[in-house]
Formats: sequence, structure tokens, C-alpha cells
Amino acid sequence: MSPRFELDARVSIPLTGVTVLFGASGSGKTTLLRLLAGLEKPDSGSIVFRGKPWQGLSPQQRRTGFLFQDYALFPHLTVAENVAYAGPRATAAGLMEAFGLAELADRRPRAISGGQQQRTALARALAAGPELLLLDGPLSALDAPSRMRMRYELRRLLLAGGVPSIVVTHDRMEAVALGDWMAVMVEGRVRQSGPVRVVFRRPADLQVAESVGVENVLPAEVAGREAGLLTLHVGALRSQCVDSGETGSVYACIHAEDVAITREAGISSARNRLAGQVRSVTVEGALARIELDCGFPLVARVTAQSAGELALREGEQVAAVVKATAVHLAAYSQPSPR
Amino acid sequence: MDWQAIWLSVRLAASTTAILLVLGLPVAYWLTYSERRWKFLVEALVALPLVLPPTVLGFYVLMAMGPRSPIGALYGKLTGGMILPFSFQGLLLASVLYSLPFTVQPVAAAFAGVDKKLIEASWCLGVSRLATFRRVIVPLALPGIATGAILSFAHTLGEFGVVLMVGGNIAGVTRTVSISIYDQVQSLDYTAAGQTALFLLLVSFAVLAITYGLQRRVWGVWRIR
Repeated sequence: MSPRFELDARVSIPLTGVTVLFGASGSGKTTLLRLLAGLEKPDSGSIVFRGKPWQGLSPQQRRTGFLFQDYALFPHLTVAENVAYAGPRATAAGLMEAFGLAELADRRPRAISGGQQQRTALARALAAGPELLLLDGPLSALDAPSRMRMRYELRRLLLAGGVPSIVVTHDRMEAVALGDWMAVMVEGRVRQSGPVRVVFRRPADLQVAESVGVENVLPAEVAGREAGLLTLHVGALRSQCVDSGETGSVYACIHAEDVAITREAGISSARNRLAGQVRSVTVEGALARIELDCGFPLVARVTAQSAGELALREGEQVAAVVKATAVHLAAYSQPSPR
Repeated sequence: MDWQAIWLSVRLAASTTAILLVLGLPVAYWLTYSERRWKFLVEALVALPLVLPPTVLGFYVLMAMGPRSPIGALYGKLTGGMILPFSFQGLLLASVLYSLPFTVQPVAAAFAGVDKKLIEASWCLGVSRLATFRRVIVPLALPGIATGAILSFAHTLGEFGVVLMVGGNIAGVTRTVSISIYDQVQSLDYTAAGQTALFLLLVSFAVLAITYGLQRRVWGVWRIR
């Protein structure tokens, strides 16, 4: 029935706190989540949960409290009946109280807000006493303002529930706000996993870097190493960065926030600074995104205020400065074996 | 009016509907959720009474339940020598087959309309397939189940060809309303035939009106989006 989908996920996930399964849509993260829940059957492979093999177990035996994107609350039951659907009444009542749902007890799901529906779904899952919680895009059904509010709220509720959880998202802000640990999926494969901060600062390869949204991923050559620092050639840029053992061709990953812009004239390329021409200036709220042409495209993000003070206009010559500690190297990704 | 025939038809229709609810729900469930390749064959088999002439269906049922057929022989053994043809029980068996699609099709459509995620959510909460069926699928498919039951009832109430083939025309045993009307016309008693026909028309209309009215309101209460 379902179309064939190749998924190669070798990953072990720590069963504490919140793990984010991160990737673009179509990268296979929802499929992986459904495999964990037992809603899909893999052609081969194994899932081991706390030393217990899970293959061959039904969704009922796994008890993963799967949270769907649209929460999948039972429309014919009230909020209270939903929460108590698969758990003892006392537990359900306690959770309703803790989640601020007590006064909504007799409402139907369609008569409460998106955020309230989410809390109801989470309470329903926790009342059933799951061993693991799986959440598929838990915030994507909310409108933008509630989504921002609910990020931290959701993390608080997940930690308070005391059940390890795996959250699927394609939103960087959500990943940072929700997760302790993350696994990045690209084209059906888990390409990198580790603490959220580490994955964002040090993407393992080009596709991971693009996937987690590092604006500048530049082909570079390692030209030399000295005293724990590497010398890099990125086009005309001579840059230094921390030596973590790379050689030859690499990608230099630089977050746009880590590129500063100055108008000090007369300076050509020096160490960690290079001349460029302003190609575009886009104000995004309090920040401005500036695209430079330095022989290669380079994206910088500065405050709108400093962009105004610098009076940046298209076609003007400026200098971009990148701190050595802000440059991270990602290996050339090998074509994955089929 | 032939009250005996009316009462017999009502009894037959009610029993048929009750049996079809027990039998039709699992069949509809299987047709909705099974992923077997040969599912279409079962679908065609269930829908067959919709297109098959009632006399053809009646003929095969009559042959299948004769005292010398395996089914008829088994029935005779179990009941101590009773036979199915020209009996109320035989008529009931034929009616169940004849009205099967009228239960299964609306119910299967209603099952298919239940969001699969609700079912999966229930499974992941540790609730068994049977309990999920009872607590989620059936309540949400209730309007479709009601439609199936009412259509089967109305359909059985008016059946003629199958009854004639399998049950014959025994007053109080197998003479149903439509047979009675036919008899009355044959004996040129148009007044009685007209009365019975009008009665059947009014009952059929009322049943359908109630169904549609009920559906509107039920959907109104349970509309999800």
C-alpha cells in the first residue's frame, strides 16, 4: 500500500529529556517516528528500547503515546473523557489540574483553542502511562504567536511529565527551544546526532549544515596548521579557525550572525577579513540581512540599527570580519552507499 | 388490509436488520481496513445482490438450502428434521444475503470516513483493536450504521422475488406484504391492494425521512471541522 521509502537510521537516542528529530519535510523523520510507534513495519532492522527488542510488538504493547500534528483528539468525547481515555481517572484528573484543563473538562475538543488541544493531547498521552512519548510536529498546527509561546511551555510540560520524548520538527527555533539532544535526518538517513548546541555549531557535513540553516557554507581548502589553529583559504579570504583535525577540501560553516561589517576603507583582504561589495540589504524586523559579493556570496546579519549607521547601499565596498572561533569546518559528505 | 402479512414483514425486516448489524459491521471493518489484494472480490460478492435479479438469488439460495444440500442437511440435523425452504428461517437467511450490501456499504463508507489518526492514537495509548473499534470507530460511524440498518429494514420490508422463490406463499409463515399485494391484485381486490400498497409507501417514506433527518442532526452535533 504505502510507497517504498528508504530509511537508514542507525542512531541511539538517550532516554532522558527531550530529543529532537530534525530534518526538512520528506527527510523521513515522521516515518522514523511511526516506525518507533509500531504504526509502520520496517522491511528489516531492529528497534531496541531499554534493552528490550521492540520489533514484532504492536503499538499497544509499545505504549508510545503518539502525538499527532493535529492532536487527533476524539471529537465525540469531552476534554475530560479524552484525557481519561486510556488512564486511571485519578491520574487523568491530576493531569487536568496540572495542565490547566480543569475548567474545560466538559467542552468538546473543537470548542477549545489549539494550545488547549495540544495540552489535552499531551495529558491524554501521559495519563496512559507511556514509556516514551513521540510528538510529530507538535507546534505546527498552532498560529505563529501561540507557537512562540508554546515552545517553552511544551518543554516545561514534557520535562514535568518525566517521560523521555522524541519530537519531530523542521523548525530550527523549535529544535533549540525544545531539545536537549538532536538527530538530523537528510534524505532518509540520520546524518548527525548529538547535543543540540553542538549540532548547530558544528554541522558534520554540507547537507547537515544546510539542513540546520547555517547561512554560509563555503568550499574551503586547509592550507596549513600551526599552534592549534588551521589556516583556511576560502576564495580570497585567509581565515583561521580552531584545528579539529581536518585536511584538504572542507566546508567552512559560518552563521550570518558571526559576520561583522565595517566601512574602514583601504583595507584589502587581511586575516579573517575581506573586501566585498554589498549586493542587497533586507531589513527583517530588528535585524538586517546583508548579502555580500566577496568573490563568493557571503551572508551577514547585523542589527537594523547598525545597518542604518553604516548607511549600507547596494554596490558599495565594505569589509566583512569573521572571528576565527566562529568558523566551523564540515567534512565533504561522501556519497552514501546504497 | 392483510395485517398478518404486515406483521410478518415487520418481524422479518427487524430480524434481518439485527442479524445484519452483527454480521455486517465486521465485514465492513474488514473491507475498510484490509490491505489484501483480493479484497475487490469480496467487495463484488457483497454488492452482488444489488444487481442480481432477485429470482436468480432466490433460485441459488433455494438450491443451497434444500434438505439434500450440505447446508440443508446440517440444518435438519441440528433442528431435528426441520427444513429451510418455505419456512420463516429460510426466508430470514435469504433476506440477510439479499440486504447485505444495504448494511455493509453505508457502514463501510462511514468507517472509511473516520480519521485514521484517531484509530492510531487509540492504539498507541495501549487500547486494543476491539476496544478501539467499540470506543472510537463505532461512535463516530454511528450515522452511517443507522443508515445501513434503516436501509436494510426498508429493503427487506419490500422484498418480493426472493421471498417468492424461497418462501413461497404460506399465510403467517412466508406471505409478506408485497406477496399479499400481488395476491390481492391477482384476485382483482384492488381496494385491499391499494390500501396495503399505500401503507407500504407511507412506511417507506417515513423511514427514509427519519433517516435523513437523523443524519443531519447527528452530523450537526459531531461535525469535527
